[in-house]
Amino acid sequence: MAKHWWKALAVLLLLYTIIAGFLVKIPVIENNEQSTRNLFFHVPMWISMYTLFTISVINSIRYLGKYDLKKDILASCSANVGVLFGVMGFITGSVWATYTWGGTLTSDPKQISTAVALLIYLAYLVLRMSVTDIDKRARVSAIYNIFAFALLIPLTYIIPRMVDSLHPGSATSPGFRGRDTSGTLMMVFYPAFTGWTLLGVWIYTLLVRYKRLELKNIFK
Amino acid sequence: MPVIHQTLTLVKKDLVLELRQKYAFYGILLYIISTVFVINMMMGRPEEQIWNALFWVVQLFVSVNAIAKSFIQESRGRLLYFYSLVHPRCFIAAKLLYNILLMGLMSIIALASCVIFLGNPIINIGYFIGVVMLGGLSLSLLFTMLAAIAAQANQNAALMAIMGFPIMMPLLMLLANIARSAFVPVLQPGLPNMFLLLAGMDVLIIGLAMILFPFLWKD
Repeated sequence: MAKHWWKALAVLLLLYTIIAGFLVKIPVIENNEQSTRNLFFHVPMWISMYTLFTISVINSIRYLGKYDLKKDILASCSANVGVLFGVMGFITGSVWATYTWGGTLTSDPKQISTAVALLIYLAYLVLRMSVTDIDKRARVSAIYNIFAFALLIPLTYIIPRMVDSLHPGSATSPGFRGRDTSGTLMMVFYPAFTGWTLLGVWIYTLLVRYKRLELKNIFK
Repeated sequence: MPVIHQTLTLVKKDLVLELRQKYAFYGILLYIISTVFVINMMMGRPEEQIWNALFWVVQLFVSVNAIAKSFIQESRGRLLYFYSLVHPRCFIAAKLLYNILLMGLMSIIALASCVIFLGNPIINIGYFIGVVMLGGLSLSLLFTMLAAIAAQANQNAALMAIMGFPIMMPLLMLLANIARSAFVPVLQPGLPNMFLLLAGMDVLIIGLAMILFPFLWKD
C-alpha cells in the first residue's frame, strides 16, 4: 500500500481541481470572463505531455545504450500516453479559442506549432507499426524518438516565444499571473498540474504492465 | 586525414555512379518539368505569393524523390561491405555531402523551370537564389537522415513521407517566410532571427545525424 500513495494523491488533487476549479471565485481578466478556468485543464495537459515525452526520450537513450527491450516498451508507452495528453491539450485549447478568439483553428503560432509537434509524434507511432522485427523496431524508433524530442523543444518552446501569440501573457493580451491579485488562480493551478501529471504517469504505468503481459514470452 | 579522405572517396563513388547511370538526374529533371508544366496549364502565371508557395512545394517533392534514392540504391551486401571498410560517421557524412550537391543542382533547375513556365515575380534575384540554396541544403540534410531511418524500416518510401512531412513543415514555413523578402521591396521584421533559427536547425540535424547514425547501422 505504501507504494500507491501517489495514486490516491492524484485522485484527491484531481477531485480538488474539478470542484474548486469550477467553484472558486476567479478574477475577471478583460474579455476572458469565466473561460479563465480553462487554465486548470488546458495548461496541465501540456505539462503532463512534456513529462511523458521526457520519460520517453530518456528511455530511448537508455535503450540505445544497452539494447534492453524493456526500455523500448517504457519509451513507446509513455509516448502513447503523451500523445493522448497532447491531443487533450489541443482540444481544450481549441474549444477555448472558439469562444475567446472567435475561431477553432486560428493562425496562432502556438496552436500551429503544437499541431505540428503532435503530427511528428503520431508519425513515431506509425513508424512503430510499420516495422515488424521487434529489435529493429526498437532501434529505429528510439532514434526517431530522439529526433522528434530534439525538434519538439524548439518547436513548442522557443519559436512561439519569438513571435507574437494570441495567448494570454504574450503581445498585448494580459497575462493571468499578474492579474491574479488574491492568488486564487495559482491556488488551484499548482495542485491541478501535479494531479494531471500524476494521472498521466499512472496511465503510463498501467499501459507498461499491459504490454509486459502481452510480451511475456520474450521477457521470461 | 584518413577520415576526410574516406568521406571524399565515398562522395566521389556516388558521383561516379550517378554520372554513369544518369537515371536519378534525368528522372528528377522530368519530374520537375512535368510538375511545373502542369501548374502552368492549370493556372498560367500565378501571383507572387502563390508562386512562392508553389515553388516550395515543388522543392519539397523534388527533395523527397531525389534523396529517397540515396539509400535505396545501396544493396544489402554493399552496405555490409561499406560497414567493414569505413566508420559509419564517414558514410553518413558522405551521403549528406552528396545529397547537398545533388539538391543544389536540382534547386537551380527547379528555379529555372519555375521562372520559365510560371513567370518571374522575383525582384531581388540574388537574394532568392541564396535562400533557395539554403533551403536545398536544409531539406537535403533532413531527408538524408530520414531516408537512413526509412531504409532500415524495410526500404519503405511511403514511410519517409509519413515521417518527413510533419518534420519539414516548420522548415518549409520558415523558408517561405524568408523568401518573401525577395518579392517585396519592404524590409521584413525578424529576418535575422529566422536565419539564425534555420542555421540552428541545420546544425541540430547534422549533430543528430552524426551521433545517431552509428546506432542505426548496427545490424
